[in-house]
Amino acid sequence: MSGSSFGFFGTDPWWMVILKAVAIFGMLVVLTLFTIWWERRVVSRMQNRIGPNRVGPAGLLQSLMDGFKLAFKEEIIPKSAHVAVYWIAPVISATAAFLAFAVIPFGPTVSIFGVETPLQLTDFPVSVLYVLAIASVGVYGLVLAGWSSGSTYPLLGGLRSTAQVISYEIAMGLSFVAVFLFAGSMSTSEIIAKQQPIWFAVILLPSFLIYVTSMVGETNRAPFDLPEAEGELVGGFHTEYSSLKFAMFFLAEYINMVTVSALAATLFLGGWLAPWPISLWDSANVGWWPILWWLLKVQLFIFMFIWLRATLPRLRYDQFMKFGWKILIPASLAWIFIVATARVFRDDFAFSNQQLLIAGAVVIAVLLIGSWLLQIRSDRKQAAIESEREQELLVPFDAMAGGHPVPPMPGQVLAYTPRRVLAAQSVAAQVIPPALDSTPTEETPNA
Amino acid sequence: MSIDGELVVFIICGGLSVIGALGMVLSRKAVHSALFIAMVMINLAILYIANSAPFLGMVQIIVYTGAVMMLFLFVLMVVGVDSSDSLIETIRGQRLFGILFGVALAILLIGGIGSSLGDKPDIGLKAANDEFGGNVEGIANLIFSDYLFAFQATAALLITAGLGAVILTHREAWKPKASQKELSVARFMVGAGHPGNKPNPGVYARHNAVNTPAILPDGSLALDSVPEPVRSRDDSLIVDHRAVSTVVELVESEDQN
Repeated sequence: MSGSSFGFFGTDPWWMVILKAVAIFGMLVVLTLFTIWWERRVVSRMQNRIGPNRVGPAGLLQSLMDGFKLAFKEEIIPKSAHVAVYWIAPVISATAAFLAFAVIPFGPTVSIFGVETPLQLTDFPVSVLYVLAIASVGVYGLVLAGWSSGSTYPLLGGLRSTAQVISYEIAMGLSFVAVFLFAGSMSTSEIIAKQQPIWFAVILLPSFLIYVTSMVGETNRAPFDLPEAEGELVGGFHTEYSSLKFAMFFLAEYINMVTVSALAATLFLGGWLAPWPISLWDSANVGWWPILWWLLKVQLFIFMFIWLRATLPRLRYDQFMKFGWKILIPASLAWIFIVATARVFRDDFAFSNQQLLIAGAVVIAVLLIGSWLLQIRSDRKQAAIESEREQELLVPFDAMAGGHPVPPMPGQVLAYTPRRVLAAQSVAAQVIPPALDSTPTEETPNA
Repeated sequence: MSIDGELVVFIICGGLSVIGALGMVLSRKAVHSALFIAMVMINLAILYIANSAPFLGMVQIIVYTGAVMMLFLFVLMVVGVDSSDSLIETIRGQRLFGILFGVALAILLIGGIGSSLGDKPDIGLKAANDEFGGNVEGIANLIFSDYLFAFQATAALLITAGLGAVILTHREAWKPKASQKELSVARFMVGAGHPGNKPNPGVYARHNAVNTPAILPDGSLALDSVPEPVRSRDDSLIVDHRAVSTVVELVESEDQN
């Protein structure tokens, strides 16, 4: 059993695979409980409240108790639900959430019961793409939940979530490209190894920012939580879900938060590598310590999620889509273009980093001056167009100018024909009493 | 033939693919068909991975399951929640010709693939992947050398199609779009009606049902508070006359004081 035919399963004995899988499962569930508690406490603090502080030390067990309560609640299934799909949807959501964690590295190689093994369930040449693939399968849960509930608001939520995920997954995928170019690999462990002197968040800052933005969209968290926008869609895709099925969506949302945070840490913040002052310590990156650095980085991102939720109002749907398609995607395409060009000049034409930076500075200066000149030119053109337009408006609009009657364009006024002017005058003569033509007398208001 | 991992994976995923394909053809609801296709796609992806083509497998899931099928679902959900296809033949003899062509295609595929595989030497998946140092590198080498023109032509075709779709559905704007500020100004103009939120149904009334109009402080009914679709079925309005008379009495007694 240990010698599986999959090359990527690695060389772990079978009990090690099970041990790691169970450990990851347990860690994700505990992290979910912790994140819910932490989110409630942080949001409370930001709103000058206290938050849950009754159950357990500092309220830590509150989410556990809430979980019990949720699971034992009455389950209500709408009559119009498509039962099979209605059942499968939360299962897909939760399963996909757990699966994505299989390729996230927590630390370097350690010894467990005398076996040398990396602190990662598995890894293979395209493991970052695997996370992306699992995320796109996970969205089926939301979409199907929306469709199968047989109700309008969930359907709208499901529709939104399809559009949202398709749009933001493109930006997310594009933000990975620069990382792949620099790491020369799509496997998570190799990407971490390649960040040894400097993190990718520093050298690939635009990619990092684009990823961080799109990961909030991908996990349906505020301010991008349009599929469940409670002000508009009651509860969105999970409106008709209750009890344990709702709990599974809840679980999936929080695990997805941890997953995208862990991926962000892996791709851009050096994963389990120690941050700078600690990395001076020789044994910072060996043994079990790296799990702590990893956890701190993940919690940093989760804190950012909470902070965003407490601070920002929800975007309007069209603004959200416009932001994804017209800002994030073009920006990441332009950035990839720049990175790839710089790489080619460095690797194939033997330019040094210093030369590249100088060239970049020159290009930016030229662009700035050019755009300034263009702006002056377009301002002048605009002024010329406007004065021309004003001149045009002075000429009365002729509906029959082209030999065929046309309606006036915006800003133009249809001139009345003599017959219509006459008709209007006769109507006015009948309707308007002569008293109004003279100076109006002041009427005393009724007592 | 010994039972190895790959065979087990093939039996499970192949079987599920066949079930999915049959389910796709046989299910009455379009959404169920779409789900069965998604299942086939995922199972095929697992088979690719088992055959040492992890890149192809992942891209299959991301592109086909994650994007193409998702768009299908999107369209199905927009078109109608419960629309099931009619089973009446619109073209005469459609079914007969369908079966004939299906069998012909199957024979063609089996014959073509079978004969082309017959005399090829078996070099093994590992050797094929190791030629360029890995699965991803191997695919990259093929795409960017032998098949560069086909790759770029496909890319150009796809971009043209995408631009075409955008242009076909694009509508020229007649006027500049009103900004949020302009909209807000227009909302408060004289004669524009009520600028803020309308009162909720049930305000001051004894029920909070959606078809109970709110009662304004002067005792009149705020019919605006009931949503238009409900209001148009005027027989369904619940008007609490006792509440109305109480409010009217209160207002009148205040007027007298």
